Amino acid sequence: MSAYRIGVLSLQGDFREHIRSVEATGHSGFGVNRAQEISTLDALILPGGESTTIAKLAQSFGLFKPIKEAIAGGLAVYGSCAGMILLAREIEGAGVGQESFGGIDMKVRRNAFGRQVDSFETDIDFAGIEPAVRGVFIRAPWVESVGAGVTVLASVSTDSGMHPVAVRQGNLLATSFHPELTQDSRVHRYFIEEIVAKTRR
Amino acid sequence: MSENTNKVTGSGRVKRGMAEMLKGGVIMDVVNVEQAKIAEEAGAVAVMALERVPADIRAQGGVSRMSDPDMIEAIQAAVSIPVMAKARIGHFVEAQVLQSLGVDYIDESEVLTPADYENHIDKWNFTVPFVCGATNLGEALRRINEGAAMIRSKGEAGTGDVSNATTHIRTLLREIRRLSSMREDEIYVAAKEMQAPYELVREVAETGKLPVVLFTAGGIATPADAAMMMQLGADGVFVGSGIFKSGNPAQRAAACVKATTYFTDAKVVADVSRGLGEAMVGINVADIPVPHRLAERGW
Repeated sequence: MSAYRIGVLSLQGDFREHIRSVEATGHSGFGVNRAQEISTLDALILPGGESTTIAKLAQSFGLFKPIKEAIAGGLAVYGSCAGMILLAREIEGAGVGQESFGGIDMKVRRNAFGRQVDSFETDIDFAGIEPAVRGVFIRAPWVESVGAGVTVLASVSTDSGMHPVAVRQGNLLATSFHPELTQDSRVHRYFIEEIVAKTRR
Repeated sequence: MSENTNKVTGSGRVKRGMAEMLKGGVIMDVVNVEQAKIAEEAGAVAVMALERVPADIRAQGGVSRMSDPDMIEAIQAAVSIPVMAKARIGHFVEAQVLQSLGVDYIDESEVLTPADYENHIDKWNFTVPFVCGATNLGEALRRINEGAAMIRSKGEAGTGDVSNATTHIRTLLREIRRLSSMREDEIYVAAKEMQAPYELVREVAETGKLPVVLFTAGGIATPADAAMMMQLGADGVFVGSGIFKSGNPAQRAAACVKATTYFTDAKVVADVSRGLGEAMVGINVADIPVPHRLAERGW
């Protein structure tokens, strides 16, 4: 298996941490913020950050349409936190005019767990990864509802019941939490081996 | 499926991680709901809710304190991005109040009048993370030792004069580079000289960076100022008086956001700098007598 070229959208947020996580898997991770770069990638990562800021910058600099089209064309994409919001068909609690690329048939709720004082870390059972991963949730979204084609890979229980925090649909993967903030690159490896490798030969 | 085993709030990773999510972004000072909405619409990653921007604090004088909880809550209700607020240096009860309001970050800030001229707030006692100002590496590490989860270089707030911001970010990063080049047996004296805990000094020497995110602040008024701070090595910028004391805040705010992302692309910085209207009038730092310089507060 040769190294895949995995671009991390570098408009705002913790893109350097994702690049480091990709490199820990032995693949090539680098920042992308130009429209023409999108079509050259084996896969794309949408990092954590402020989803309203990232969406606005993507609009202003002509990245919105190319990314949306690449998703529709089957590009493997992984989004964490803000990245999850950007992959959702529908956003609950969106900022004024906030748009998403879409791709995953799900509704996500922004800041679902509360404000920063409610941010937390916890062990997460993630289908396909053993043992549990440490989930770091920062003003994190959760998944409110999913369509038939979406597989839930992990959930957490809260006062209001169980909520999905990791989902997959086709070539798209999204997590509410930030594996890139830990030294554990198994979620990135899962993305590369289970999704990217199957879209590339 | 997961039980919430080992669930922790307010861990170092959660507090410092919050600042990681702000990187590459602009945090804007706002004094009311209308300004907060303009900031969010322009692409700010967070807003700092305060009663008066530093330029007005400077002009009006008097004791400057934590903002009215009603005003902070109104801003929290109006925007979906993180809301920060300032507590006076050492005023741990203001910090308790701000935590109870659910602000996302507390700035223990020299822009307000200090409440304690010896001690800063013991920030380990809080679930909410803190950002603190620093003019050099020793000061930054003392704040981190007290629990700060993010550092901003101080600059000179409320002036629109970027020179002190430049000095402070350059000093911080130069001192980090200098530590990285030291022999291990020289780190002890380096720690003594910068009056910072040896363990933290050694960590910086080994990793070549601060253990927390480093923003810059104090005097940034134009997109080019923001891009310069990023090129010098800041992780992001605070723009205080620079936006809402200018002729066209909405456009200037969006321009600063774009210049902060594409900080190495002079064409982008040029494009966003066109037709911005009047920048804040500003004051030269050199014209402010030393006792009136905010960066001198904190130690």
